[in-house]
Amino acid sequence: MNALEIDGVWKYFGDFPALRDVALSIAPGSALALLGRNGAGKTTLLRILAGLSRPSRGSVKFQGKLQGSIGILGHGIGVYDELSAVENLTLFGRLHNLPNPRKRADEMLERVGLSRVRDGLAREFSRGMRQRLAVGRAFLHDPEVLLLDEPFTALDDRAIAVLQSMIKEMRDQGRTIIMSTHQLREALELASHVALLQRGQIVHAGERTQQMLDDTGWLYRTYGDN
Amino acid sequence: MFLQQVWTIAAKDLHSELRTKEAWNASIAFTVVILLLFSFAFDPSSEQIREFSGGLLWMTYAFAGALVLNRSFARELQNDCLDALIASPVSSAALFTGKAFANFALLFAVELVSLPVFVLFYNVPFGAGKYLPMLLVMALGTWGLTVIGTLFSALTVNLRLRELMLPTLVYPMMIPALIAAMTITTNVLAGNDLGFGMRFLVSFDIIFTLLAVVFVDTVLVG
Repeated sequence: MNALEIDGVWKYFGDFPALRDVALSIAPGSALALLGRNGAGKTTLLRILAGLSRPSRGSVKFQGKLQGSIGILGHGIGVYDELSAVENLTLFGRLHNLPNPRKRADEMLERVGLSRVRDGLAREFSRGMRQRLAVGRAFLHDPEVLLLDEPFTALDDRAIAVLQSMIKEMRDQGRTIIMSTHQLREALELASHVALLQRGQIVHAGERTQQMLDDTGWLYRTYGDN
Repeated sequence: MFLQQVWTIAAKDLHSELRTKEAWNASIAFTVVILLLFSFAFDPSSEQIREFSGGLLWMTYAFAGALVLNRSFARELQNDCLDALIASPVSSAALFTGKAFANFALLFAVELVSLPVFVLFYNVPFGAGKYLPMLLVMALGTWGLTVIGTLFSALTVNLRLRELMLPTLVYPMMIPALIAAMTITTNVLAGNDLGFGMRFLVSFDIIFTLLAVVFVDTVLVG
């Protein structure tokens, strides 16, 4: 059984179709790189998968046990400026009904390298520290499905290293990962599958091949407009 | 699970508000200043003041409520926190109820602080027998304002002119609850029977709470 079935999904913003008849099956344990140029519909599709938006037509079905275990790292960091790092993660731990949210928050802060500033307010953090806190929030509950929207954008080197190692760990544990990105090299190295979106339609979906890694422009040249 | 999520959301909102005091400072300052200004405009020793005291008090609470309610979902826009909440296993109903409780606690606290100002400056006789009925009408009226205001706060959260749109949309919906609360308050202060208004206010609160819980998912996700 697939982890996720996307069946004939359309999304309109007014008269404009941002997604057009998108259909995709994602096997459990896959790491899918969702590629496409600006405005192709990647973020719209990820928002629908995360339950932040409803499709105008079509359906999205998660395998039963996966429904409630989604981790999302979007454009916004999704943490509260007026709360401390440990308060932020404890809050989300409670919302995910973790058995010991404070302990888990401390573990995650250690993992993302923020344990020394655990009691500092998020608004006092540098951009890189805030991003690492967001990574901690997304991975806090050990999600079965991880949705990452441009995860490497605006991250500093340290945050990129932390995120890459955490994604690899999740992938090795057989979790399902879907990430949209413009950074082809990083995405293709982590991905087992690739889907290319173009003006709201999937023009190619399949396994990631060695050829894609050797020549990152090949996919766009072969299946894209130009 | 539901109650735990409600408590977590309410505690988070109150904790954030206590740390920033944005809505608290604005609504307390507004309420006290308005009550003081009207006390200079009207003769506090006149009998007439008893007749419109309920109206004066609840109009002030309703305007102070808009200041509190405007911040409720707007607080979640910062860093796209609303997306993180919706993507978590928290149901929209739990999210709404938690926020409504936090708004209620905040507005009720504003009312409790401003009530002595009102009693003092308007020379209102406020014997021991009036405490309980007054607290009851304040609680029921405030829940009515809060439940409608929180739903409309969610509805207007993505609008550019939400500070303007929220009061414009919410006050017409609040009118029945406000009229009932004004009438009961006037009756309490005059020492009269509470009358039909109390039953109306209880019914209003129950109906609008249920409607808000049912429709909030559509409001948040579309």
